[in-house]
Amino acid sequence: MLDKNGIAKRIAKEVQNGYYVNLGIGIPTLVANFVRDDIEVEFQSENGVLGMGPFPFEGEEDADLINAGKQTITTLDGASFFDSATSFSMIRGQHVHLTILGAMEVAENGDIANWKIPGYMVKGMGGAMDLVASAENIIVAMMHTNKKGDSKLLKRCSLPLTGVACVKKIVTNLAVLEVTKDGFKLLERAPGISVETIQQSTEGQLIVECVVPEMKL
Amino acid sequence: MINKHVADVKEALKGVSNGMTLMLGGFGLCGIPENAISELVYMDVKELTCISNNAGVDDFGLGLLLQKHQIKKMISSYVGENDEFERQMLSGELDVELIPQGTLAERCRAAQAGFPAIYTPAGYGTEVAEGKETREFDGKMYVLEKAFKADFSFVKAWKGDATGNLIFKGTARNFNPNMCGAATITVAEVEELVPVGALDPNQIHIPGIFVQRIFQGKDYEKRIEKRTLRQKS
Repeated sequence: MLDKNGIAKRIAKEVQNGYYVNLGIGIPTLVANFVRDDIEVEFQSENGVLGMGPFPFEGEEDADLINAGKQTITTLDGASFFDSATSFSMIRGQHVHLTILGAMEVAENGDIANWKIPGYMVKGMGGAMDLVASAENIIVAMMHTNKKGDSKLLKRCSLPLTGVACVKKIVTNLAVLEVTKDGFKLLERAPGISVETIQQSTEGQLIVECVVPEMKL
Repeated sequence: MINKHVADVKEALKGVSNGMTLMLGGFGLCGIPENAISELVYMDVKELTCISNNAGVDDFGLGLLLQKHQIKKMISSYVGENDEFERQMLSGELDVELIPQGTLAERCRAAQAGFPAIYTPAGYGTEVAEGKETREFDGKMYVLEKAFKADFSFVKAWKGDATGNLIFKGTARNFNPNMCGAATITVAEVEELVPVGALDPNQIHIPGIFVQRIFQGKDYEKRIEKRTLRQKS
């Protein structure tokens, strides 16, 4: 079974040379640590920066320089700043190649829920609805089951939706799955995890074709 | 040159009254109009509708107005860092409209640019689109979102001059430029008010035409919400 860094490491392999990438809060943020250093990638943060660098060293933090998670950041050579409307023009206009975000639930048709638990957690959607409604390539990074052990890969989402039929790929602590018209197609297993375990943890339709390889990290 | 310079925050906020709709720039606590918020607290205006991406934290930013129950309604995209906000919302004291962040930006920009509404794919098929007009363009569905109407817009810039020209710094830019000229009166507070002619016209982010009042801000705290550091290896 993978930990959060393992999930991030596997997703990092999906990042290709020349990509502009938007990383959500949580596991997605970790992806930046594992992207190969022989490819050129720029990270976009929807609060208005392209060319985001690592966190600052102590004493170098700047209140006017944060990411969408409100953490202090640095910029790399070639970075740029812009207003929020321009930022979402990049997102809605499909200039950002890859969006990686977390989810509470994903349905077998690609629906995603990640912004609200009615009566309990009401934080808001932030930029997630714009991202999922527009991005061509969306990868969800999440645990396969919730804290109670219930599957997060469902036939239909039970929580209020963030977007409809938009998720293309999911990387969990157990597996890599592709959303197809027939359901979740199992592409890879996490090291040491059996197809049976993945099947038991997946409520939605799981499609298993031939032999499913183990992930290479 | 048309002079927009006002002496201080008191003069800048003249005319703000109970029940008004206000836009406030900032993302989290980054680039918020600290002086205007302090003055709104001092003026004790009530029943406000505030359009702002976030609602501050419990003891800073818009959280200060929430503490004094000055806000009737918040229109935001993310409000996760404020316990008092969550309490007022769940108890029904505070009316909250949560909307996608890009939609929030574009509803400001539409007001600034004279568009009555815009179509966006964000929120289609979700509760955000309930009761709103939708339309298909080239096989994809979009939601009609209306431009905001606001009485005052409060923005914070890094540098500005008496004509209202503004330059922002880093990610403190965020919603501030989109809110300029999006309300009846735009009030800009700046860290540094420079003499007219000192700013390079090539580098202006917001031309002064979008700003009605500008003043030299003071005592900026510029609080950092999540100080995150890298270890020296």
